[in-house]
Amino acid sequence: MTLTADLVRERVRGTILERIGDTPLIPLRRVTAGLRGELWAKLESANPGGSVKDRPGLWMVIAAEEDGRVKKGSVLIDATSGNTGVALALVCAVRGHRLTLVMPDRVSLERKRIGRAFGAELVLSDPLEGTDGAIREARRLAAADERLVYVDQYSNPANPLAHELTTGPEIWRQTDGKVTHVVAGVGTSGTIVGISKALRGKGVRIVAVQPDDALHGIEGWKHMPSALRPAIWDERVADVHMTQSTDEAIAMTRRLAREEGIFTGPSGGAAVAAAMRLAREEAGRIVVLIADGGERYLSTPLWEY
Amino acid sequence: MAVTVRVPGALRDATGGQTKLEASGRTLADIITDIDRRHPGFRGRVLDDAGHIRTYVNVYIGEDDARTKGGTDATVPEGSEVMVIPAMAGGA
Repeated sequence: MTLTADLVRERVRGTILERIGDTPLIPLRRVTAGLRGELWAKLESANPGGSVKDRPGLWMVIAAEEDGRVKKGSVLIDATSGNTGVALALVCAVRGHRLTLVMPDRVSLERKRIGRAFGAELVLSDPLEGTDGAIREARRLAAADERLVYVDQYSNPANPLAHELTTGPEIWRQTDGKVTHVVAGVGTSGTIVGISKALRGKGVRIVAVQPDDALHGIEGWKHMPSALRPAIWDERVADVHMTQSTDEAIAMTRRLAREEGIFTGPSGGAAVAAAMRLAREEAGRIVVLIADGGERYLSTPLWEY
Repeated sequence: MAVTVRVPGALRDATGGQTKLEASGRTLADIITDIDRRHPGFRGRVLDDAGHIRTYVNVYIGEDDARTKGGTDATVPEGSEVMVIPAMAGGA
């Protein structure tokens, strides 16, 4: 069954999940002084689970319900080090599903505690193998137990579809069709692929940003040349590809809190830093996706300064 | 003093493809410098310009987070295992 925004909304009517989406779009005034282009931040931390991942989390679970993959006794499973785990745990708590999350051992305490708070069971994989190691472990577990339903955010078409039918149209509506560019990071790539499908045909330029190094600190983003390639990723969805250093991303994350009152994680700072480089060269109304809030990183060195 | 250092896949390009190395030194800084002698550039991937562990890298000495034991000044006992791991990873 093909999901629509109306169907998903109908399935979750009267629950907290109804509040996923319709996040604010806020102009950046101070950090952007002197730039040719104007920057607008789409604040995905306003979702109930605190991140952009609420959108695909909801849509992937509803898709599994609608196509009959989730039955009585089923346990959903996915590999995630962060926000998708929280989103899936939130959605599964409301929908009454059991959930197992595979994440690299030694992820921050917040991640383990939030997942458990929503009732998810955690499986910890080799920390040296990072998220790709968690993906391999989730695949292995799902193949060995037929009760497990592998959500697979990296291959699941409901991931980009959520952005195609919610995030993209919201941006268009909130800018009265005046958006010229959308800048977003690439992790699973669901965000950029979905927004591209919604807006590129309307003449919006799509800007995809990746970390500049395999060893990086931009939570949620992937350095594609060295990582397992998500099945949903297609470089052709973007008009511009940029890379971003972690050091500059962290500096911008801190500036956003002090100068714009936007408390975000490192990926938010990374996306704005990349968008500012773009806005130095190009005029227009540039929308930047801010994936989550800074609270999720309080135990990390990001805020120790 | 000899210790074992395990590094993540993301750092293999800086260690000639190795994920397990032997190194010697009294402190964590000594250990990293020793590896950097054989694999130039390794130090800069793990430590910032001020010589501190980069914000997005976690280093464990045995079970202890090196940041809680003095950072690069932390003593590394002989025979212990040092693990360098990315603090973040992803999928947006």
